[in-house]
Amino acid sequence: MSVADMKLERPAGWNRPPVIEPSGEGELLELAMGPHHPSTHGVFRMDVALDGENVIRLKPVFGYLHRNHEKIAEGASYLASMPYTDRLDYFCSLTNNWAYALAVEKLVGQEVPERAEYIRVILAELTRIQNHAASIGFLIQEMGASGTPLMYAFKEREKILDLFESLTGSRMMCNYMRFGGCRVDVSAPWLDAARKVVAGLSQFVDEFEALLSTNEILMARCQGMGILRPELAVNAGVSGPMLRATGVNYDIRKVDHYGIYDRFQFRVPLGDHGDIYDRYMVRILEMRESIKILEQALPQIPAGPIMDPKAKIRGFRPKPGEAYGRIEAPKGELGFYLISDGGPNPYRYRVRPPSLINLTILEDMCLGHNVADVVLIFGSVDIVLGEVDR
Amino acid sequence: MLEEALLGDGILKGMAETARNFFGSYVSKDRLTTVEYPEQRIPTAENARVFPFLVYDGADWEAGMRCVACQICEKECPPKCIYIEKSADKKPDYVGKAQFYPKRFDIDISVCMSCQICVEVCPFEAIKMDTQFELATTDRFGGLLYDRKELSRSNEYYHEIHPTEATEVDARLAEEKAKLEAKAKAAAEAAAAKAAAAATQPATPAKADSPAPAAPQPSPLSPTDPAKPAGGES
Repeated sequence: MSVADMKLERPAGWNRPPVIEPSGEGELLELAMGPHHPSTHGVFRMDVALDGENVIRLKPVFGYLHRNHEKIAEGASYLASMPYTDRLDYFCSLTNNWAYALAVEKLVGQEVPERAEYIRVILAELTRIQNHAASIGFLIQEMGASGTPLMYAFKEREKILDLFESLTGSRMMCNYMRFGGCRVDVSAPWLDAARKVVAGLSQFVDEFEALLSTNEILMARCQGMGILRPELAVNAGVSGPMLRATGVNYDIRKVDHYGIYDRFQFRVPLGDHGDIYDRYMVRILEMRESIKILEQALPQIPAGPIMDPKAKIRGFRPKPGEAYGRIEAPKGELGFYLISDGGPNPYRYRVRPPSLINLTILEDMCLGHNVADVVLIFGSVDIVLGEVDR
Repeated sequence: MLEEALLGDGILKGMAETARNFFGSYVSKDRLTTVEYPEQRIPTAENARVFPFLVYDGADWEAGMRCVACQICEKECPPKCIYIEKSADKKPDYVGKAQFYPKRFDIDISVCMSCQICVEVCPFEAIKMDTQFELATTDRFGGLLYDRKELSRSNEYYHEIHPTEATEVDARLAEEKAKLEAKAKAAAEAAAAKAAAAATQPATPAKADSPAPAAPQPSPLSPTDPAKPAGGES
């Protein structure tokens, strides 16, 4: 069935924008944006039906990067899935590690030493900053400002990735968290280097804001574009900065109190309109809040072990049961659902990826806008195809 | 309103920021972050990891290879890129104990994902991560399948790329060797005492005493030894 012929079925209570009827002048143009399109961040296709420049239907097509992650995990040991989680959202491997470790720790009732919790918070917040910086950089890139803002973002991201490399051995595929702690301890020189990077981060965010926030082109193209209403966002299960930009106060760090987040003072930035500019602003403000958390966590980090001595690396067999561990990943709620049958590999392993679920409402945000704005709205969702398709 | 906004205040502010960075890059090292690879290189981080290699002691890679073909890494490897064939005969390892060795040890580095789980699970400190990353080859099949000769690197090389970690590993191995020697010595003494006791009849207390220091020691090479930290720390 062609995209133009598709009828959108809308169940009652499903708050979607009204169907855009074609103007009736001329024919509809069906266009496949992607799977290899510079704006799609990877392999992803949007089948759009255009009336002139206006989008009247949009069908996202996923699955080009499907790698069978969940099924592979069912045949592999619990530990062997850890490096695969790095490859879900390859911008934020450390938060992926944490979510998976959290799910397994919940499954076996594993305690995590305090020092390891601090290390996790520090790394997760650094990950959040570099993810938001890069995602804003890409968003502006899609607006046509090729290079400059992206390079500003990458300059800062590089410093954070250098920290990751000197600690975990790899810049992006960190494979760092373990069930019951972390793999290697942070050294005093590493903490000094981290403090130095964190000290420079607020200056970076200031610069980034001076460069972008009041830029008239950015405002003209972002404000009032791709509005997502809170009812739809909640109904569709959208999470993360996307959800908070609509004004819904829901941050899993505050809701679940996982890890040691209740020890830190930070606020949850909320948007008002749910447009692209709000999403941009929420990300900027979240970076500032993350810097606050880092400034609190780095001096407080206690001495002690980084692995629970009772934790097992090999011969790991959880008792039969199930667990769902979730964290506030930079892109939204990242959850891992595990069922154990007592064997060395999970009976069922399921990822709840924020990127995929945030992307499902793409059509609702894009209807009525023109093609150039679709690219922008898509960029503002902040997805990584590795996580969408798994 | 839009016309008012489009006067370009924000754009000028952004331009000023860009200009500050552009001219700043001539004076400040912080603002000039790029290097001209490959002429200029940033030194790799000490515990950077790329692909695994096999460590050998001494000069001869075949005789000094630490790997005892226990096949734990083969089992634990997430993408299953390691292939090991155990030898039929045995050769002495670093403490002189007869051990199997890998008759074949292949790593398909086109499959390997550099996760270093093999390093973590290896109880013999035999497999470590290399930092060499310029590995381009025109042969995508044979050229990316490394056999045990291509994989072996000397302990000196290991010291060169991961000095802190290698020193720790050496200390741990020396300690294990010392423990084993002490145990062997104690066992020999016990045997001697037993023989002496058998010769001179009673003297059972001596027999009970002498093996005592060695007995509570766990086998230092036990693969599930929880005291052994996961590999790769520095």
